[in-house]
Amino acid sequence: MENKIKERLGNRVVNWEKKNERRYYIEIKKEDVEEVTQILFKELGLRFSIASGIDTIDNFEILYHFSADNEDKFFSLRVKISKEKPEIHSISKIITAAKWIEREIWELLGINFIGHPGLERLILTEDWPKGVCPLRKDFTNEQRPEKA
Amino acid sequence: MNKGKILSRSIWVFHFCSGSCNNCDIEILDALTPRFDLERFGIKLVGSIKHADCMLVTGMINKKGATRLKFLYDIAPKPLAVVAIGACACSGGIFEPSYYTYGPVDKIIPVDAYIPGCPARPEALIDGIVKVVKKLST
Amino acid sequence: MNKDQKKRKTIIPVGPYHPLQEEPEFFELEVEGERVVKLNIKIGYNHRGIEKLSESKHFDQVTFLVERICGICSTSHPFAYVQAVEDLAGIEIPERAKYIRCIIGELERLHSHLLWLGLAGHFIGYNTLWMWAWKYRETVLDLCEQISGNRNHYAMMRIGGARRDILNKEIDELKKKTATLTSVLNMFKGAVMDDPVIAARTKGIGILTKEQAINYCVVGPTARASGIDIDVRRDSPHNSAYNLVEWNVPVLPDGDVFAKVVVRILEMLESVKIIIQCLDRLKDLKEGEIWNEVRDIPAGEGIGTYEAPRGEVFHYVRSDGGNTPFRHKVRAPSYMNILSNEVAVIGGDIADACITLAAVDPCYCCTDRIQAVENRPACPLRQSSSEASHSSGRKLKYNWEQLLKLSQEKTKRILSIKNQVSK
Repeated sequence: MENKIKERLGNRVVNWEKKNERRYYIEIKKEDVEEVTQILFKELGLRFSIASGIDTIDNFEILYHFSADNEDKFFSLRVKISKEKPEIHSISKIITAAKWIEREIWELLGINFIGHPGLERLILTEDWPKGVCPLRKDFTNEQRPEKA
Repeated sequence: MNKGKILSRSIWVFHFCSGSCNNCDIEILDALTPRFDLERFGIKLVGSIKHADCMLVTGMINKKGATRLKFLYDIAPKPLAVVAIGACACSGGIFEPSYYTYGPVDKIIPVDAYIPGCPARPEALIDGIVKVVKKLST
Repeated sequence: MNKDQKKRKTIIPVGPYHPLQEEPEFFELEVEGERVVKLNIKIGYNHRGIEKLSESKHFDQVTFLVERICGICSTSHPFAYVQAVEDLAGIEIPERAKYIRCIIGELERLHSHLLWLGLAGHFIGYNTLWMWAWKYRETVLDLCEQISGNRNHYAMMRIGGARRDILNKEIDELKKKTATLTSVLNMFKGAVMDDPVIAARTKGIGILTKEQAINYCVVGPTARASGIDIDVRRDSPHNSAYNLVEWNVPVLPDGDVFAKVVVRILEMLESVKIIIQCLDRLKDLKEGEIWNEVRDIPAGEGIGTYEAPRGEVFHYVRSDGGNTPFRHKVRAPSYMNILSNEVAVIGGDIADACITLAAVDPCYCCTDRIQAVENRPACPLRQSSSEASHSSGRKLKYNWEQLLKLSQEKTKRILSIKNQVSK
């Protein structure tokens, strides 16, 4: 599977990191995200496990974790997103299961997903102030709404 | 007539959970099943607060839950015994510093009894409810 | 959609507070007559901000925090978390710890599946099954208490091994107790699989096809009942003893509720097998060698997974070399499974919605409620503006008890038809 992915992704790979036999971190450009997920999910039949958004202080990062179940391997796509323009194309048209996690990242980290069918609050209440994103590193409890 | 006396037999219980790990909730249910079998005392869970004599609250009470808890308490027929079950409901527990905590329970509504524990054992639940009934009927 | 059609549609809210599930959610069933046409799911009622809290706790403390994500999966989350940190730092654990991890993990699976089986029985009006299942669940909880000191929240996981040992002199007793479960589970197998009424209520109901299952990326018994052969225990046995003992993964192709029930029952029998084998092996190993000392967690990132009773739990941990995780992502199995209800209940009977929604094991409970709203957003559990706007102008007919009654009456109906036929 490792070679197959290398071959299919070709020069879309920015950085190929093999952490150990079971974990691979593949950095790609954010423009390629739809294409690459299409390849991994539809063509190579990997299972989408989850995506995780991270505030790395310098920029944002989203990791899309794909699992090759019968080989016991995780391939994680790493996409870096600038803080000035936190947006990326949605993959939920390709993978239905990504619908919720994109909504979650949108509300907890404030990253916009272009082309998501229904980007609305998933976890927090409707009256949670816009722009207050709990998972950002500069968030403190003082920023949360006073009253429940 | 002492209103509290009404509560001393066949208490109907309403169960509210908000932001709990649901272990306390399982133990509440567990207390109803064969080993502990609270139903033999006429204690049963009801689906509406309007039918309840006692409200069991579990969890650290998050933002979505806090407004609802207040509302439920306001519309409930009194007297209503409120019991906070588990470390989270009593004090916030491990979730106390979270950005989504708007509890513990006694910050929102008056509480009659606290049953600590993580989770509170069914024996503790039974003991707690017996105590709250005693307190209310005197 | 013209105006008349809109009028005919009824919305039935289910939830939001379900005492028995790890992620309380709020289902809105849109029904036309008796048929479910659409399902909206809202979650977040149990949000506690654990991922953020985790960033303020020491690596070792986080095991206790993640334990409290879910009371039923209270060993699965720490299991996956320690796997993630061990993956990050490249830690291997002693053999004895591997067996201990598996024993407690399988005991948890047993009590979780029994809990679910009981509730599923309750939903279709088979209350005897409910009481039976919960009665024998106590045996499992006793075993857990004997091993860990607590009925739930076992705190047996530790980065680099297990936190507590199982004493060799207690093993025979534990084995004897565990073995009693086999006959109980066989009884359940008979009571469920050969029962014509259960078959009538669950076969062909709430089907999730393999294709849908792949698209919704479901995991665990939900996936295995739809013919997807995945099990983290078998596929990824790193730092656990699942590759050292013999057991099978039951997979069924049908995708209906019945398949999900059967998969879970067969899984429980496998769990008993695993526990007994693990206990046997423990006897030959030296007591006390249960963890490797871990001092520092280096900078880096790691992924850990474990097969919780409901499916794969996923933990991602990143460290910047400090004392606390820099980022900790948790994904519980129900997160993937619940969304698949969107397709599983569509087209079904409303009396079947109960059992179908419960079939993925979000642990829907009997105290759950559906509030009746008549043209006004005054229902206590549905206050926020958007929720109110969904329902305004539409009439709701059922509440939870009525829906439950509906479901149980359907069973009675089938039962009476069956009786007439047999006469």
